[in-house]
Amino acid sequence: MTMNSTQSYVRTEMLPEKAPPVTNVGIIGWVRQNLFATWLDAILTLMAIYIAYSVLSFLLPWIFGGFWNANSLNECRAKIIEVYGESQNRACWGVIHERFWQLMYGFYPEHLYWRPNLALILLFAGLAPILFGSLPKKLILVSVAVPFIAPWLLWGGSVWVPVTAFLGFVVGYLVHKFVSVAISPLLGLILGVLSAIIWWLFLMGPVGEALQNIIPLGIESVESRKFGGFMLSILLGITGITLSFPLGIILALGRQSNLIIVKSLCVGFIEFIRGVPLITLLFVASVLLQYFLPKGTEFDIILRVMIMVTIFAAAYMAEVIRGGLAALPKGQYEAADALGLDYWQAQRLIIMPQALKISIPGIVSTFIGLFKDTTLVSIIAMADPIQWVKFIQSDSDWNGIIWELYGFVAFVFFIFCFSMSRYSMYLERKLQTGH
Amino acid sequence: MTTLTDPPKESFRLSMLLYDTRYRSTTIQVVALLGFMLGAAWLINNVIVNLAAAGKTFNYGFLKEASGYDINQKLIAYNSQSSHMRAAVVGLMNTLLVAVMGCIAATILGVIIGVLRLSKNWVISRLAAVYVETLRNVPVLLWIVLIMAATSHQLPAPKDFRGDNPAATMKVFDSIAVTNRGVYLPEPLFSKGLGDLPVFPDKESKACQAFYNPDGTPATAKLAKFCGTFQISIDLMAILAVLIAGLITSKLIKTRADQIQKDTGVRPVTWYWRLAVVFLPTLAVLYILGFYLGYPELKGFNFKGGIHMRSSLLALWVALSLYTAAFIAEIVRAGIMAISKGQSEAAAALGLRQNRIMSLIVLPQALRVIVPPLISQYLNLTKNSSLAIAVGYMDITGTLGGITLNQTGRELETVLLLMLIYLIISLTVSSVMNYYNERTKLKER
Repeated sequence: MTMNSTQSYVRTEMLPEKAPPVTNVGIIGWVRQNLFATWLDAILTLMAIYIAYSVLSFLLPWIFGGFWNANSLNECRAKIIEVYGESQNRACWGVIHERFWQLMYGFYPEHLYWRPNLALILLFAGLAPILFGSLPKKLILVSVAVPFIAPWLLWGGSVWVPVTAFLGFVVGYLVHKFVSVAISPLLGLILGVLSAIIWWLFLMGPVGEALQNIIPLGIESVESRKFGGFMLSILLGITGITLSFPLGIILALGRQSNLIIVKSLCVGFIEFIRGVPLITLLFVASVLLQYFLPKGTEFDIILRVMIMVTIFAAAYMAEVIRGGLAALPKGQYEAADALGLDYWQAQRLIIMPQALKISIPGIVSTFIGLFKDTTLVSIIAMADPIQWVKFIQSDSDWNGIIWELYGFVAFVFFIFCFSMSRYSMYLERKLQTGH
Repeated sequence: MTTLTDPPKESFRLSMLLYDTRYRSTTIQVVALLGFMLGAAWLINNVIVNLAAAGKTFNYGFLKEASGYDINQKLIAYNSQSSHMRAAVVGLMNTLLVAVMGCIAATILGVIIGVLRLSKNWVISRLAAVYVETLRNVPVLLWIVLIMAATSHQLPAPKDFRGDNPAATMKVFDSIAVTNRGVYLPEPLFSKGLGDLPVFPDKESKACQAFYNPDGTPATAKLAKFCGTFQISIDLMAILAVLIAGLITSKLIKTRADQIQKDTGVRPVTWYWRLAVVFLPTLAVLYILGFYLGYPELKGFNFKGGIHMRSSLLALWVALSLYTAAFIAEIVRAGIMAISKGQSEAAAALGLRQNRIMSLIVLPQALRVIVPPLISQYLNLTKNSSLAIAVGYMDITGTLGGITLNQTGRELETVLLLMLIYLIISLTVSSVMNYYNERTKLKER
C-alpha cells in the first residue's frame, strides 16, 4: 500500500478572483438592487415611474409649449387652438411677459428701478464678507453702510436721514466708550443704549431738518404704498432676517440667564410670540399699533410690518439658538470661566461660535419660514406677489388665469428657499470640524 | 500662637452695585424690571390717551350684542341674531375642526412620505424627496389660494349635474358630489333617533319652550335649535357608549386568553369573539335607531342634504395637510435615522422578524425623537389655519378677527382676545408635549 503524500484533499493554493456575476455590477446590478430587489419593489417602481411619467408628460409640454407673446387670455387661448387644436392644454406665459415688472416691483416708479437693484447689489456686497470668509476685510465697511444706504435708496428723500440715523450709533458708542472707561462697563452699556435711543427719538429729526435746510441734498422720494411684488417680499424678508438674528441671540441668552427677572421677561416674550399666529401680529401692525404709540404718530405701514415680522422671527430664532446653547457641553462654559473671561467675552469667543454652528440648520429654516411668511402681508392688503396675482386676475384681459401666475410665484419662491437651504448645507459642511 | 480672625467685614459701598458680582446681578435685574415697567406704562398710557381721544372705551360688552351677520359653516346653531360671543365660538370650533382634520391627514401622509423617502428603491425615494422639497419651499398661503382657485375653477358646477346627459356625475355609487362649491357627502341619519340633549338649557327662554314642545310652527321649530349652549346628539352618545363597552369586553377576553395561555400554555382562539363583541352590539344599536345614509340630491340650483364640505374648508384642509406633511416626513425620516443601525442588527440577531423589529425596537425609540417636533408641527398647522381668512373660511380669525372687528370697530379688544385664544391653545398643547417629554425622556444617571 502506497501513500501518495503529495495528493491532498484540501486545495492548497488560492483560486484567482472571479468577476462578479453580470447581474450584480454595472447598470444591471444597480437596477436590480435599487429598483427591482423584490416583487413588491418592482411593482412600486413601475407605479412610481408611471405616476412620474403621467405628471411630466402633461406638465412639460404645458410649460415649454406655452405662449409668451399674447396680450390677453382670449388671444392666447385662440393661438393655442390655432396651433395645437382644441384638445391640447398649454400655458399662457404672456401674462408673465406683460406683467413681469409689476410682479417684481409693484407700482414702484419705472425710472427708479435702478435704486432697488442697486440696494440689492450693495446688500450682497455687504453680505459677502459675512457669508464667505475668504474676502478682503475692508468689505465689512460696506456691510456697515448698507443698513443706512439701502433704505435711503428705496424710499429716497433727504440724504441727512440715514446720516443722522447712523450718528445715533456713533453717539451711543461714544457715550458707552467714555462711561465704560470713566465709571463702569455696565453703566456704560446702559447709558450708551439710552443716549442712542434719545438721539433717535428726539434729536435726529430736528438735526436732520436743520442740515437739510443748510445743505439740501436728496433724491426723489417714493411712498410706501408703491412698494410691491417680490421687491416687498425680499425687503421684508431681509430686514426680518438681519434684525431678528441679533435680537434672537439676545433673547436666547436672556432665557438661559440665571437672573430671574430677565429670564422671565424673555420667556414670557418668546412664549407669547410663539403662541400666536403671525397673522394676528400683522393685525396688530395694521390696526392696533396706532393705539400703542403717542397720539398723532404717523408710522409707515411697511415699517410697522417690519417690526412685527422681526419680533416674530426673533422669538423663533431665540428658541433655535437656545437649542444650540443647550447642546454645548458644560465643560465649554467652565473652560471659559477658568480662562478668566467675563460673560460677554466668553459668549463672543467660546460659546456663541459653537452654539451658532450647531444651530445652523434651525437658523436657516427659520429664515426660510420667515421669507415664506412675508406672503401673509397680502391679507392686510399689502401688494406682495400673491396680492398682485389677484390684481392681475381681476383685470379683464387676464380674467380667469390661475396656474401660470401662481406657478410663476411659486417657482420664484422655490428658487429662493431652495437655494437658501442648499447654502446652509454648504455652510454646515464648511464648518464641519468633527470626524 | 496665632489667632484665627474673621476677615474684616466689608461695609457696603454704593459702587459695589456696579463692580461686585454679588450685587451687580441685582442691579441688572432692577434696571431691567424698571425698563420693562416704564415701557409697559408708556404703552398703556398711550392706549388710554388714544382711546380717550377717539371717544372709545375698553370693554367686552359688545360680545353680548347681536352679531348681525351669518356664518356659512357652523357646528352649533347660529344665526345673525346670535351674539358676537357665539360667533366667536362658532369660529373657534371651525378652527379646531380644520386643525384636527389637518393634523390627522398630515400625520398619515407625512409618515408615509417619510418612510418612502428612506426606501431602498431609488425611484420611490426620489419622488418622495421631490414632494418634500416642492411643498415646503413654497409659502403655505400660496398653496391655500392655489387649491381654492383650482377647486372653484376646475371642478364642475352643480348645474353640470343636471339633465339626461350631464357633464358631470356623482362619484362612488352616486353618493358623493364633487362640485366647485365643495364636496357633498352622504350624511348619517336615524329614522327612529332619540333626539338631542341641550346643554345648560334655560327653560324659561323661548328657544327651550319651543324645544320641549316640538309641535309648533316651522319658525318655532327653528328656534328650538338654540335651546341651551349647544346640543348633544343622544344617538351618537348611545353608539359611542356601546362601542366603548364592546372594546372593553374585547380587552377582557384578551386578558383572559393571556391568563389561560400563561397557566396551560395553550392559547384559546378568540379573534371571532373579540370581533363579535365589538361589532354586533354596535350594529344592533344602529339598526334599532334606524340608521340610514342621507344622500345629497340636486334640488333647484344646488345640492341639498348630505354633509356639505365647503370648498374653502376643503382647500384649507388639503393645503395645510399637504404642506405640513412635508415637514412631518422630514421629522419621521430624521427620527428613524437617529436610531443606530446596531439596534436593528441586534434585534435581528435575536431572531426577530422585520416587522417585529420595527414595532418593538426601532419605533419606540424613534418616537421619542419624533413626537416633540411632531407636536410643534401640529401647533404650526393650527396657527396656520388662521390663513383661512384668505379663502373666506369662517374660522376664529374670520369671525372674531374679521367681521366682528370690522362691524364693532373694537380693534383692541378683538385682536387681544384673538391672541389670547390662540395663546391658550398653544400653551395647552405645549404643556401636553412637556408632560410627554418628561415621561419618555431617557433616564440617565
